[in-house]
Amino acid sequence: MASDPALVLDDVKFRYPGSDRPALDGVSIGVRKGEFVSVLGANGAGKSTLCLLANGLIPHTVRGDLSGSVRVFGEDIGSKTVAQLSSRVGMVFQEPESQLFCMTVEEEVAFGPENLGIPREEIAERVEWALQLVDMNGYNGRSPFNLSGGQKQRVAIAAALSMRPDMLVLDEPAYALDPVGRIELYKVLRELKEQHGMTVLLAERDAEEASLYSDEIVLLEQGHVVSRGPPSEVLTDPGKLVSLGITPPQISEVSALLRTRLGGEKISFVNVDDAERTIVDEVLSRRSK
Amino acid sequence: MIPGPRFSESQDKIVSVRDLKYTYDGGVQALAGISLDIRQGEYVAIVGGNGSGKTTLAKNIIGLLRPTSGTISIHGKRVVDQKVATIAHLVGYAFQNPDHQLFCSTVMEEVAFGPRNLGYSQDELERRANHALEAMDLLEVRDRPPFSLTLSRRRRVSIASVIAMDPQVLILDEPTTGLDMRESDDLMASIAKLNIEGRTIVLITHDMKLVAKYARRVVVMSEGKIVLDADPAGVFSDLDALLRSKLVPPPVVRLAYRLSSFGVPRDVLSPEELVLRIMMARGEGR
Repeated sequence: MASDPALVLDDVKFRYPGSDRPALDGVSIGVRKGEFVSVLGANGAGKSTLCLLANGLIPHTVRGDLSGSVRVFGEDIGSKTVAQLSSRVGMVFQEPESQLFCMTVEEEVAFGPENLGIPREEIAERVEWALQLVDMNGYNGRSPFNLSGGQKQRVAIAAALSMRPDMLVLDEPAYALDPVGRIELYKVLRELKEQHGMTVLLAERDAEEASLYSDEIVLLEQGHVVSRGPPSEVLTDPGKLVSLGITPPQISEVSALLRTRLGGEKISFVNVDDAERTIVDEVLSRRSK
Repeated sequence: MIPGPRFSESQDKIVSVRDLKYTYDGGVQALAGISLDIRQGEYVAIVGGNGSGKTTLAKNIIGLLRPTSGTISIHGKRVVDQKVATIAHLVGYAFQNPDHQLFCSTVMEEVAFGPRNLGYSQDELERRANHALEAMDLLEVRDRPPFSLTLSRRRRVSIASVIAMDPQVLILDEPTTGLDMRESDDLMASIAKLNIEGRTIVLITHDMKLVAKYARRVVVMSEGKIVLDADPAGVFSDLDALLRSKLVPPPVVRLAYRLSSFGVPRDVLSPEELVLRIMMARGEGR
């Protein structure tokens, strides 16, 4: 179980210049290598700040008052440059448009490694590898701007992957994607984790997909961690999630309502598969004596 | 679904779209033959994946884009024959990104801008602006600069500035994008109230939970065409058509499907309704 840490935050506080309250106020969390962790919270909870810390844009580019320690793969982020961190931590933002700027998908994905001075042949290999992983192979010559929202976001992920990072940090990557685009994006992330050992740290407001694909969930409220655990433990109380400004998995609402009606600890589920099993076994099939 | 009247063919058509086609300059056909009527007082969701043509349709309806072929009439008058100001009085459109719409130095100025251009008296101007600010719960920030507000409030300002024109039909393009749960629920409640007061609402979205909760009619678009037009339960029952349109029914609907062999009906829309149906099926199974 115990594997090396990818990211460790210890009592991290961060305040943006001119802000009267800290964006993060004593956050301590660890993400292990190969783990898929989703950070959920309302707007203003500190999710983006956490993402910016994980790839060193805070403190190197975004200024503010930072205390506590942030270690990425065992090293303090202060001791590394953003360029050094960029080959270990890939960053994907909310809106792919803010990240895409090349004429073709291939140039886009090759951009990072080209700046590292990597030989042409290896860049070509990396581009093919990265596009394959996000299921966008064959789109090399296409303009990123004529792709669907979901495809653009997958190109942005490929561009991060071509740096061969050990961790991907994604700040609301499914923002503005249609439902099928959201599911495809999450599946790609899950595959990266399962088949390539990628560490994934993702920020979201909506727990629906996070409940299906994450190993661990961190609930954030106004710069504080309020819970941490697997989805089946942390996402079972829709009332609490709503009070945190997080969209609960809709199925957790079914679970809570049935629990109220029938009592009993056995009724606790957050996704359709578990719900079907539990309802069939515990609610519909079992006959009372 | 919020309460509201049912509609029949005879009811007052406000917007009538006939065989509308639209091709962008680069040659991409965004609309491939749309026919659609929207009636007084309806709450219609126009849903579809990214790039399905939802926004292009809205922009044609308000006269911002000119149809490549086909016609759009509002109250029987063709949109292309009318001034944009005349249309704005009938159909209002709030952009997905509110910042595309905002440019004044205070919220009040922003909201009064449209009616001011129509030449209303100062009294009428203030009455309209205040009404719109109240409807969007913005009275307390009326003197603040729009850009100092949160995204949620900026979106409310952009909707209020449309409401100030007092359009009969309000088209809202992905109004909850970027909002968290609380902000989204509050905004949707304000919009539901506008509908209950009689305003026709057209909600462009791909959030199926919003559709299940608020819309009485759902128009599904895919590749520039309408593939389904029914009430929410009817639309959610056509799983294949939804998936082809890059949409997925809400989780409760998917769960109801899985439980249908146990006597749970498939046409549920909310967790409350599903639990009620499960309890009924449980009772009957004993």
